[in-house]
Amino acid sequence: MTGARRGAWRDFRRRLAALIRKEFRQLLRDRSNLLIGIGLPIALILIFGYGLSLDVRDARLAVALEDASPAAYETVAGLEGSTYMSTTVVRSLAAARRLMDEHRVDALLYLPADFARRAAAGDARVQLLLQGGDPTRSAAIRGYVEGALAQGEQKRRDRQGAAAGSGVVAVERMWFNAANDSTWYLVPGLIVLIMTLVGTFLTALVMAREWERGTLESLFVTPVRPGEVLLAKIVPYFAVGLVGLGMCLAAARLLFDVPIQGSLSVLLAASMLYMVVSLGIGLLISAFTRNQFLASQVAILASFMPSLMLSGFVFDLRNVPPAVQVVGHLLPATYFMELVKTLFLAGTYWPIVLKDCAILALYAVALLALARAVTRKRLD
Amino acid sequence: MIDYLYRLANLCRKEFLAVLKDPANRVILIAPVILQTLLFGYGATFDLNDVPYAVLDQSRGELSMRLLARLDGTGRFHRVATLHSPARIADLIDAGDALLVLHFAADFDSRLSSRGSAPLQVLLDGRNSTTAGNAAAQIREVVANFNATLPGVASPPVTLETRAWFNPNLETRWNILPGLIASLSMIQVMMLAALSVAREREQGTFDQLLVTPVSPSQIMIGKALPAIVIGLLQSALVMLISIHWFDVPMAGAWPALAVGLLVFTVAVVGVGLSISALSANMQQAMLYTFVLLVPLVLLSGLATPVRNMPEAFQIATHANPLRFAIDLVRRVYLEGAPLEQVWRDFIPMVCVAALTLPLAAWLFRNRLA
Amino acid sequence: MSADEILAVDARGVGKRFADPATRRQLAALDDVDVRVAHGALTALVGPDGAGKTTFLRLVAGLMRPDRGELSVLGLDVTRQPQAVQDRISYMPQRFGLYEDLSVQENLDLYADLHALPLPVRRERFARLLEMTDLERFTRRPAGKLSGGMKQKLGLACTLVRSPELLLLDEPTVGVDPLSRRELWEIVQRLVTQERLSVLLATSYMDEAERCAQVHVLHEGRVLASGSPAEIAAHARGLCHDAEPPPGQPPRLLQARLLDDDAAIVDAVPHGGRVHFILRGATGPAELGLPARTLRPVAEKLEDGFMVLLRARSGERPAEAARAMPEGSGAAAAGEDAPVIEVRDLVRRFGDFVAVDKTSFSVRRGEIFGLLGPNGAGKTTTFRMLCGLLPPSGGQARVAGLDLRSARAQARGRIGYVSQKFALYANLTVEENLRFFGGAYGLRGAALRQRMQAVLAQFDLRGHQAQPAGQLPGGVKQRLAMAVGLLHEPDILFLDEPTSGADPLARRGFWRRITALASAGTTVVVTTHFMEEAEYCDRIVIQDAGRLLALGTPEQVRRQAGETAQRRLDMEQAFIAIVERARAARDTTEPTP
Repeated sequence: MTGARRGAWRDFRRRLAALIRKEFRQLLRDRSNLLIGIGLPIALILIFGYGLSLDVRDARLAVALEDASPAAYETVAGLEGSTYMSTTVVRSLAAARRLMDEHRVDALLYLPADFARRAAAGDARVQLLLQGGDPTRSAAIRGYVEGALAQGEQKRRDRQGAAAGSGVVAVERMWFNAANDSTWYLVPGLIVLIMTLVGTFLTALVMAREWERGTLESLFVTPVRPGEVLLAKIVPYFAVGLVGLGMCLAAARLLFDVPIQGSLSVLLAASMLYMVVSLGIGLLISAFTRNQFLASQVAILASFMPSLMLSGFVFDLRNVPPAVQVVGHLLPATYFMELVKTLFLAGTYWPIVLKDCAILALYAVALLALARAVTRKRLD
Repeated sequence: MIDYLYRLANLCRKEFLAVLKDPANRVILIAPVILQTLLFGYGATFDLNDVPYAVLDQSRGELSMRLLARLDGTGRFHRVATLHSPARIADLIDAGDALLVLHFAADFDSRLSSRGSAPLQVLLDGRNSTTAGNAAAQIREVVANFNATLPGVASPPVTLETRAWFNPNLETRWNILPGLIASLSMIQVMMLAALSVAREREQGTFDQLLVTPVSPSQIMIGKALPAIVIGLLQSALVMLISIHWFDVPMAGAWPALAVGLLVFTVAVVGVGLSISALSANMQQAMLYTFVLLVPLVLLSGLATPVRNMPEAFQIATHANPLRFAIDLVRRVYLEGAPLEQVWRDFIPMVCVAALTLPLAAWLFRNRLA
Repeated sequence: MSADEILAVDARGVGKRFADPATRRQLAALDDVDVRVAHGALTALVGPDGAGKTTFLRLVAGLMRPDRGELSVLGLDVTRQPQAVQDRISYMPQRFGLYEDLSVQENLDLYADLHALPLPVRRERFARLLEMTDLERFTRRPAGKLSGGMKQKLGLACTLVRSPELLLLDEPTVGVDPLSRRELWEIVQRLVTQERLSVLLATSYMDEAERCAQVHVLHEGRVLASGSPAEIAAHARGLCHDAEPPPGQPPRLLQARLLDDDAAIVDAVPHGGRVHFILRGATGPAELGLPARTLRPVAEKLEDGFMVLLRARSGERPAEAARAMPEGSGAAAAGEDAPVIEVRDLVRRFGDFVAVDKTSFSVRRGEIFGLLGPNGAGKTTTFRMLCGLLPPSGGQARVAGLDLRSARAQARGRIGYVSQKFALYANLTVEENLRFFGGAYGLRGAALRQRMQAVLAQFDLRGHQAQPAGQLPGGVKQRLAMAVGLLHEPDILFLDEPTSGADPLARRGFWRRITALASAGTTVVVTTHFMEEAEYCDRIVIQDAGRLLALGTPEQVRRQAGETAQRRLDMEQAFIAIVERARAARDTTEPTP
């Protein structure tokens, strides 16, 4: 009895090894697979690391200075010398508006001709016009202008030796991201994106190809079990996912200097878990569609786009309406995203690690079981 | 001439039928566009409307209470915890329960009343630096308003009046939705064009078509027109949702927008047809399109502004028609810019179209072998 | 014969239904099927397209579940224990799923591993399979780069890496040339005799079914007849004759005349320069009005029995089909004017591979001209150059008096083309396809409507107009493809393997239409793997390795192959002889392959 079982185990191993060997060979020979599995992740790393940034740079401000008094000059003096803002001073509002209309500046600060006179009376108004097309940039400029004006005010007051205090001064300290650099959270998010790409998109496509080309029909009438076919798909693409993960980690440390505060082994373990979840989704999609075109569309719509937009990668889930939050919280990517960001930027904070890993493990088990249940050796 | 037009119409009708007869195709051309517009319209926002925060108030004075009351009064801040010692700060932020923690030192009240100024510590969760920056700005605003009420603090002689053009509340949604008008249709139009010839090649119908007297350029135009029409309809759909569902007002003129989107869609179809002519089968066409689409969308300024990118990337994006289409749509839609203000956006799009369409035609003719 | 206690396959009252995607109605693919397959022998399932052959094999393989009846395979209930059955059988689907990126050797290794074949056994087995399939030289080549025939052979080799207890083959030789077909059959037959392999085979080739011990004739999901080939053939006993055509006339004219005589004749087919026909039971051969000395009774074959069985039921009436065709006078066939196709020193190279090497021939108006050759001989390349789909590397090809290189568009307006694979828009209806291609050929308005009505009638497509082309049965698809090719009344019709995979009944109807077209003055150029079909042609060429080996009437070609008055050859024998002779000569002059 044990002999029979040992024989069955040996056959299983042998079949699995043969199928995995086949998968690896196909993977390495089909250039389009490598393009998606390796080429695209590299491109994404470079784009996310260097190309994308939510940090406002190169903001352009026009100052319409119709008042040539020293007081007016002093007020705007605080605007000069910023690394991310360039200021152009013009003499008339009309000229400044033209710059705005032509989109050569992002904002217009208007000091009218009676500025100095009214400032002396303590009743001066300055107008700031912003381009609404780019709200992030506009908000940043507003904050900056406010700060600069307050600074000028402070200087003036110090010089006059006024006794009045400046009230509450908010002293901000940014935790986890001292440099306040969006690369710090974009690059960890990239890990999620790349693993979804390899696990779901590529795997769904490759498995759907087998259904479409009829290779499974021949394979099914052999001693192969459906579970072995699935397992053989999982192993190589799991490996490709790990290659992507490795590239991301290396890029994060070596190219972008993003620190990894948490434990590397926890990060690796969690990533592997998510990889299995992602593969499960891919296999499930292909088992239902059995067609490459549909599989690719469903994979993009059901997993790639939402991971990009709704998992809190770029946009924070806190900001969205409840209905969208619910959708976001149904996605396994959301939990992995939270986990990766925490491990990268905050450290190994066990309550989050355990909660998210448990959820991911549940997804993994459920998805694999479902994929196994719908992949049967049947054509009808 | 009439003969030529008749043949074109015949090709176009066939193309429409081939695409629209399949119920799965009809769903795939409409449903994702609507779904994504709604999802991203709601989901893709940097606007912070709900900030969970915690307080460690060691001064327990009247002034700190007043500042906190003001904060809670905004409706955008809600307190998740009131701490009694600094020890739990790390916990709260690590777990993501609080986005920020306000720390009033023990001498806060006394310093503020005696010296007229006192520091307030704001500890922020920087895992998402944009959200954190946003929250910090809101705290600063509340603090500034609070300062204005303090008797000991001189009111600033200068008041800043801010007015944002075209987007009075500086809502991200107003920025994202016009961007989606161009991007969502591009994703599918390029795929449609890329698959069109590849599908015929794979199913063998391309040979059957080539033995008829229609010329390769006729075939190409016959493939391009339906894709263009479908793309424009998708754009119109996104725009309608944007105007009527999300109430983002359309400031510009319809014809200007239509002309801009037409040129853009032609360029996209040109790229798609070139991919199609280069790929041997549908799978290749699909993968090449996907690999091309990802950087095109990411580097278009849809989610992150082009001007934030390094110089080299900015130069490279000149080959990306989506970048200029998004710019054009935003300016026409939000700002009501007339064509003479956005004509520069046309140059790169026209260049892409002028390059890819002849390329696709040439490839059709020369890849017959 | 102890193994016979358990049958290899025992199907009793098996039924299987599918939902029709268009109407959502349930259609019976198999209905009350009883089939028994004995051990150690070949059993064939024959029947027209859509008879349910593939469905039955899939049921046996456990890939589908029967709705009704009992099906036991190797003594096991396949519905309950599909895996136990799959562990013991081998199955070669119609389209064998080779991994195209993997080499020949790697494909074989994969299947050997899956069947847990021990290494020593494997080495010996591979050597034998590779030798039998003649693939030794290509073990490192990716499967995707093999020709169609070689792929089929590799599929069979993968199926046979171990000796199964039951081998299922689903149309293993469709699209395979006669030489490769013969090799495939030698492999199977050797395994049956040496290892007492049990084989269940689905085929539409009657000569293959004739090699089997048992034959089951399937029609519309039901078993029409079961028995040995001789028993099936017996349905035509005493009815088979052959006749010699009048001197100087191609046999197809007589064949067409006989086939049209629906009341008296079941079937007629040209064979070896004569016309083989089956009489209806009540008719005597004398009533046909043929000179008695040209007639002689012949022994019935399986195909004859099959035709008698099927013609009793099938709706397809070749004679009716032909009546709707614009019949011209037979005299038009004689080439009275200049050739419509002229090919001189035509060359096509792909890199340094010469696919077509200095080929010259000409085709006269109204001729039926056949291009024959093994897989990869250069037929399709020649064909594609003639249709303007491929520019030649050298030489001249004038089609309908126009040089293809300078006037491809004009020349295209005068040709019709029916490709090997179904190449119409699958999700467009029959009518939409016709309207589109009519428009593409410049037809419109009343002219288009009139031509559409004409081809709908000619090809018996009425009633199918609103159906999507992709959902038509295979035979109707074939007729639609022909209708599209003839919509603009071309001077020349090109047909690439039009009858590949078609059953004898459908082929009869097809050829009857072709002969009618030719007599109306349309020139027909056709490639085929059925050598007997060369008998319908006025002239044929045989190509191999890009070179033209023979050119002439079927009779001339047979004589070139060594036919004498004593030793009659059929076209298949003649073809094999000519190709093998040429290959032997080439191998001695050019020692490197």
